[in-house]
Amino acid sequence: MAGSPVIRVRGLVTRFGPQTVHDGLDLDVERGEVLGVVGGSGTGKSVLLKEILGLIDPAAGRIELLGHDTAELDRAERTALQARTGVLFQNGALFSSMTVAENVMLPLKEHTDLPPALIAEVARVKIAMAGLPPDAGTKHPAQLSGGMIKRAGLARALALDPDILFLDEPTAGLDPIGAAAFDTLIQGLQRSLGLTVFMVTHDLDSLTSICDRIAVLVDKKIRVGTLAQHLADPHPWIHDYFHGPRGRAALDAKERNDARQLAKG
Amino acid sequence: MAGTLTKQGTADEARIDAGPEDGGWRIGAVGRWTLHGAAAASDALDRAPKPQHGAAVRIDLARVEALDTVGAYLLSRLADRLGAAGHAVSVIGLRPDHAALFNAVRDAGKAPPHPIEREHHPILDMIVRTGETTVNAVKEILDLVGFLGLVTVTFARLILRPSRLRLTSVLFHIEQTGLNALPILGLLSFLIGVVLAFQGADQLKRFGAELYVVNLLGISVLREIGILMTAIIVAGRSGSAFTAQIGTMKVNQEVDAIGTMGLDPVELLVVPRALALMITLPLLAFYADVMGLFGGAVMAYATLDITFGQFIRQLHSAVGINTVIAGLIKAPVFALVIAMVGCYEGLKVSGSAESVGIMTTKAVVEGIFLVIVIDAVFSVLFSMLGV
Repeated sequence: MAGSPVIRVRGLVTRFGPQTVHDGLDLDVERGEVLGVVGGSGTGKSVLLKEILGLIDPAAGRIELLGHDTAELDRAERTALQARTGVLFQNGALFSSMTVAENVMLPLKEHTDLPPALIAEVARVKIAMAGLPPDAGTKHPAQLSGGMIKRAGLARALALDPDILFLDEPTAGLDPIGAAAFDTLIQGLQRSLGLTVFMVTHDLDSLTSICDRIAVLVDKKIRVGTLAQHLADPHPWIHDYFHGPRGRAALDAKERNDARQLAKG
Repeated sequence: MAGTLTKQGTADEARIDAGPEDGGWRIGAVGRWTLHGAAAASDALDRAPKPQHGAAVRIDLARVEALDTVGAYLLSRLADRLGAAGHAVSVIGLRPDHAALFNAVRDAGKAPPHPIEREHHPILDMIVRTGETTVNAVKEILDLVGFLGLVTVTFARLILRPSRLRLTSVLFHIEQTGLNALPILGLLSFLIGVVLAFQGADQLKRFGAELYVVNLLGISVLREIGILMTAIIVAGRSGSAFTAQIGTMKVNQEVDAIGTMGLDPVELLVVPRALALMITLPLLAFYADVMGLFGGAVMAYATLDITFGQFIRQLHSAVGINTVIAGLIKAPVFALVIAMVGCYEGLKVSGSAESVGIMTTKAVVEGIFLVIVIDAVFSVLFSMLGV
């Protein structure tokens, strides 16, 4: 299985009534890479994410996760596959009737045979790793700020140490310091675990700092490339995206950061 | 195929080999230190031979093949526990690709655990809870009265400036609470009429007083059953809907948005609903009266051979217009109570979707409770006034 892409999408077609969102979209996500997915509003970024997760059925096309065609799995196989993917939804999607710690413990209880005491300790570690204060575990989602909900959501997404981590706008709503720390955390986990990250984002800093490749949704298809390749792309939307004022600022920041790293190293 | 999807069953499970080395103690971790098999790894750590007191411990991670947060946590916990037991602990052989995670987990693991709540005394707790509930209930009543005042003031303002009344909204809620309730209310009232007539006939037949079924029906349906059924159904249907609608708006911060735009949530959300319900509830109650009597008449004809003509004549002699009014006069009051409770609980929703559910349940329970209490008050009042 090594070498084969962990996510392979072929000929994906998505329609909502008369409107075609994706038309023959192909995408490969390699093991251990961080893929950033960008696109204008209504180009179907979140829809693509939901289709890969099996929450929406595409009109046509084939989606393979970890070498398995998702359409051909039976119930048990699908559950096993889901245990190997973690998802951070845009608004956290924490279960509001449970505390943060209970939210993080839920997948561990369902999918592993760990002793309860160890589950509680692991949950505590995940919560701390997501950058939450220790007392956050006993709180309910309604008592948390937007940024803290996101961190708690990440802690839950990482509970089972998944192979693939799906992030839907992970840094939206975080302050810049928190967002940078979040990026660093994802990068650290990704390196250690060989985690594959599929990240829908608009945060240009995340794109430039932690994404190995960037997938741009344009013209109902997807164009995947490195940052350098996209910078040279003459497509008007891609050009505007990376050469707009915000894109410029993020790139400048990256250059300064790289220069500093180089000077240190 | 399912087997290939899980990470379980790999031959190289997490193992520990520990022993003395160079005057100190060496603990070597071997294999896959990951979530699957972590229970076994935890056992292995517990079973592993313990170093002598005070010996320097080296934890060798060079032969760890895979590491995730659970594995890293178990190993860092081992290091921290040995450190706390007075050993000089060093971690060696950490592979570069594991270092970031191991260090992150070790830092995270050092965070103090959740503060453990102190032990509670069950009886003391129960007294505390009873006290809290009582105080909260009193507060709730006071708040509700305060809210009634607020709505009254807003109503008064609107009477002075009727152009500010949201007529579209009022009509919408009349349709929702009134027109759409007709099928269920009609059917239930009809059935209640049938049941009452049947049970009444059964008893009155023994005295040969079958015809008095009409009196029984007329008095009970017109004075109590019709209006009470209507109020209870409306509290369940519309009171809960008010709470859910306003509560959802509260969760979406729509109520906050109304406030920031210089608009009044009470004027915009509460008054149209209250007004709509005060218009529809008397009409619904009248409709329920008619359907209830109709159900009774059908049953009387079927079991007692009382024709519709006889039924109407007997009804005329049994009840006057006072009876009808005594029933219907309660309707606007019930409407106000149901709308008040529904909107008040909706505005009290805070934060989560869960809270919408809790408040909706509460609104229905409180609405029905208050309707029955007020009905009893009306009964006492009417008997004192001799109506």
